[in-house]
Amino acid sequence: MLFGGVFSLMAVGLTLIFGVMRVVNFAHGDMMVWGMYLAWLMATRVGLDPYVGFLVCAAALFVLGFVVQRALVQRIVDAPHEMQILLMLGVALVLENTALLLFGPEPQRVRSGLAQATLWLGPVFVDVARLIAFGVAVVLTLLLSLFLFRTDLGRAIRAAADNTYGALVIGTNVRRVYAVAFGVGAACVGAAGALVSPLLPFQPPTGLQLSVASFNIVIIGGMGSLLGAFAGGLLVAVAESLGAVFLRPSLKELVSFSLLVVILLFRPTGLFGRRTS
Amino acid sequence: MIRLLIVAAVLLLAALPLLPSVFGSYAVTLFTLIFFYGFLGQAWNVVGGYAGQLSAGHAAFLGIGAYTSAVLSVEKGITPWVGMFVGGALAAALGALIGFLGFRFGLRGFYFVLLTVAFAEICRIIASNTDAIGGAVGYYITFTGDPRQFQFQDARAYYYVALALMLAATGIVAWLEQQRFGLYLSAIREDESACEALGVNTFRYKMLAMVLSSFLTGVGGAFYAFYLFSLQPSSVFGIPLSVEIIIRAVVGGAGTVFGPILGSFILSPLAELARHYFAQGGWHGAHLIVYGMLLIAVVLFLPEGAYPRLARLFHR
Repeated sequence: MLFGGVFSLMAVGLTLIFGVMRVVNFAHGDMMVWGMYLAWLMATRVGLDPYVGFLVCAAALFVLGFVVQRALVQRIVDAPHEMQILLMLGVALVLENTALLLFGPEPQRVRSGLAQATLWLGPVFVDVARLIAFGVAVVLTLLLSLFLFRTDLGRAIRAAADNTYGALVIGTNVRRVYAVAFGVGAACVGAAGALVSPLLPFQPPTGLQLSVASFNIVIIGGMGSLLGAFAGGLLVAVAESLGAVFLRPSLKELVSFSLLVVILLFRPTGLFGRRTS
Repeated sequence: MIRLLIVAAVLLLAALPLLPSVFGSYAVTLFTLIFFYGFLGQAWNVVGGYAGQLSAGHAAFLGIGAYTSAVLSVEKGITPWVGMFVGGALAAALGALIGFLGFRFGLRGFYFVLLTVAFAEICRIIASNTDAIGGAVGYYITFTGDPRQFQFQDARAYYYVALALMLAATGIVAWLEQQRFGLYLSAIREDESACEALGVNTFRYKMLAMVLSSFLTGVGGAFYAFYLFSLQPSSVFGIPLSVEIIIRAVVGGAGTVFGPILGSFILSPLAELARHYFAQGGWHGAHLIVYGMLLIAVVLFLPEGAYPRLARLFHR
């Protein structure tokens, strides 16, 4: 359940990118793994705890997202979906295997002083690390909503998402807004990666699983809806842990994939999505 | 000029059966893989290239074909020469289910991609949790060297089987391209709504394409099982395998007869070289970085793939 917050933050990043550009970031999970490796590098080389280091990860991933958007995605914003998917698949392959080349195939886990601590909250006992990850993820999502609804740049992003042409007409620099939105989306997933890095052992192929997991969440919650992504993250986390309890731990993903198929067929706009033309 | 190219291609194809007598064993292996992935790319091409329905779950069909033929052979003694068609039929049944759900509910673009991925992942999870077929550890076939059980002492036999698969699939696709069916598929890819408006039963043709494509891929599964002798759910049902299939067709030219073959001739040696040379120096995944860059370059600069460009070059 507490993983849900991090799941949500990851999905919020994906849904922001999709909502603004109508481009599905197939490299999303790989960007998250890069966030994890950056947190790991900082923890091992500099001794920076991932619960502080996530800020650096978010900043670094913002730059990565910004650059990827400017150099590649901008060229195919208006291309057919198939082409966009193939391009992002290419980006995903490059990111995943560069990580493999640099860091090797061994699973890693970031050590944090807080990862071992536990806490009794009334009758339940809780991992401090999970609690912090959940809390920070929720706070970051709230900050992101504040940014989108209260600042000029955030309003420009929402304007470009609602009506690109209209935003262009009133003089918004849509190219810049796109790049910033992609950067912010990548920063979300970078922070999410750093936050779970002490909890979840990771290796380069983890990126693919995380990408697929975040696709699940945004489809279930509704593509392009921030609230949907957030609620979807919590829902998927709860559904998977229930699946792990009632079926078998190795079958827990089956629950979310079955949920995905049902949602795809009967409510492709997701639980919180608006019907768009 | 284009005729010259086709003649050259046909001559090259005619020379392929003779090559093993000159080749060393490594070249035979390499060409076997080129043919086999060319075959898989060609099978994908029917639905992904011609009909333009981007399936990212073709590993599911391969996996079903592979497990079916392997289990039938090992447990029941049914020869894979029959089992491959049983596997193909089962894969086609899954293809029909995915196609029915996807096309009936009107899933397009990313949503269809996700539906196919979801089914492949569901297959993977079920296979890893079914102890009767080895679970996550995998299913192993004991080598007996009996040709009736699709097992050959001589690697050249696999070369010929792979070549036959590739030529058969290419023949089917080349024939389809001449038929009304093939034209309908291309028309659906280019503008589905216009097709429907003209009274083409797009659902029916997309279904047929999906069933044919998944059947061929399932038949290929038998080759995979009896070439490698071990099946792991994570590799045979995994998304990376689906990507390997797609990338060959796309780089070579999706929706063309020779595209997937050309793509396999470009990419399979690259993958093999990288596995042999880079992996020894601890350079894991180097060939996949090259794959990724090629994919990006193809989308940006050569969206129709290498073959159409090559054909035009000769046409001038």
